Amino acid sequence: MAEFEPKIVAFACNWCTYAAADLAGTARLQYPPNVYIVRLMCSGMINADYILRAFEKGADGVIVSGCKYTDCHYIDGPVKCDAMFAKLKRLVHILGLEDERLRREMISTSEGTVFARVVKEFVDQLKKLGPSPFSSLRKEKVAV
Amino acid sequence: MSLEDIIQETKTYYCLECGKCTSVCPVAKYDPAFSPRMMIENALLGFENDLIFNRELFSCLTCYTCQQRCPSDVDFPVFIRKARAMAQDNGQHGICAHSGQLQSLARLMTSLDIKQRRLEWLSDEYRTSDDSDVLFWVGCAPYFEPIFEDIEFNALDITKASLKTLNLLGIEPKLLPNEKCCGHDALWTGDIETFKKLAEHNATQIKEAGVKKIIFSCPEGYRTFKLDYPNYGFDVGCELQHISEFLAERIEKDGLKFNEVKKKVTYQDPCRLGRHLGVYDAPRKILESIPGIELVEMQYSRWDSICCGTSAWTNCDSCSNMLRAERLSEATATGAETLITCCPKCQTHFRCAMIDKGEEKRSMPNIEIMDLANLVASAMGD
Repeated sequence: MAEFEPKIVAFACNWCTYAAADLAGTARLQYPPNVYIVRLMCSGMINADYILRAFEKGADGVIVSGCKYTDCHYIDGPVKCDAMFAKLKRLVHILGLEDERLRREMISTSEGTVFARVVKEFVDQLKKLGPSPFSSLRKEKVAV
Repeated sequence: MSLEDIIQETKTYYCLECGKCTSVCPVAKYDPAFSPRMMIENALLGFENDLIFNRELFSCLTCYTCQQRCPSDVDFPVFIRKARAMAQDNGQHGICAHSGQLQSLARLMTSLDIKQRRLEWLSDEYRTSDDSDVLFWVGCAPYFEPIFEDIEFNALDITKASLKTLNLLGIEPKLLPNEKCCGHDALWTGDIETFKKLAEHNATQIKEAGVKKIIFSCPEGYRTFKLDYPNYGFDVGCELQHISEFLAERIEKDGLKFNEVKKKVTYQDPCRLGRHLGVYDAPRKILESIPGIELVEMQYSRWDSICCGTSAWTNCDSCSNMLRAERLSEATATGAETLITCCPKCQTHFRCAMIDKGEEKRSMPNIEIMDLANLVASAMGD
């Protein structure tokens, strides 16, 4: 049987993390192709349902990443994101999901290497954990 | 299910076009675009798209006020529920409140592989027993706790108070560690597939538990188990009781006595417990038997009572807020210091309305809200 390849959904803010992922690409850094990036204008606009839906549609892990506190283009996006994330973590804990399947990162524009490292680490971690308990809900397979 | 089937099943063709439904409808009062009579007419004339692609379809509170007044006994709430199922098939989901996370949670719970950690709040203070033949249904309370933290509402307080009350009466109930959402909201938003899966999981778990009685602290769960599970062919095979009915029975049979609590209160009938199931007297009986409690009724009470403004976490808008303002001002007009209710959802919505005053910045009336279970627990404590 082929090795389990986790699917990761990364919610990335347009100004920092998405640019960092772009930088990782242009710098030709090698990182696993398991990550699906969703670009959003700000990490502060991510609500709990985005992440729950990602799990419902078959994600094995979710990264929520945006600017650092002082870099936000909309003043307090990361603060809002932190508040949402803390709540969501408690919610999925009750639901029985392993806490390690959720990752909150702050990766700024110039940190392409950090992005590549985070994805690599996360993939290794998820490979140890195996498929998410919600993977049976996935109806259609997402094309890789 | 086609529109034809829905009409046949809910006997919509008996409609006399008298418009009583629309004139008593709490939503139609504030939202002129919403009209139950119009929806029925559209269905009878065969305008399927006008019905299912109408954004007002998800505004109905399914509070049963219309059904009670209908001279032809048209089951409008069930009609709405089935029309919503049709709308869901066509990709219409309504505008989900709380970013849709409550709907997502229900869908995620249909997974068989999950092992929930829903009883982590349970401390030694509460006695439970796995051999008991009484089951206490915890419901969504553990999930509500983080979600409604901002509005200072902790649904687990209700659960804890109910457990404490049961313990004081010498009952050590059984709790299911992996109970699923009852499916109430999935059913009423038309997501029948999710509802059926959840109902099946729950029915199997309850049968395996081999209990004789289930006690609910939430009227929605109670309604779903009592009416909807048998309707969809899921039999849990035991007696079902709301905690208020259980306590009222104890008062009548065993002469249960309470300590004195000095308070002037008014009571909000939850639509699920009142109009759906006809339980009006049990909560009032409890309130009357607590010494020191003075119960004053609101202008609209019992079968006339006004709903808290949203039913299945959909279409919560300014109209819902106006409904809440109306109900809260009725409550304050009675001069009562506390509004007692039996439903966690009523509490969520009233608390939310009092904290978030909406765009209009209306002066929302302010009143303390408490669940009946909490009041009983404080009247039974030392």
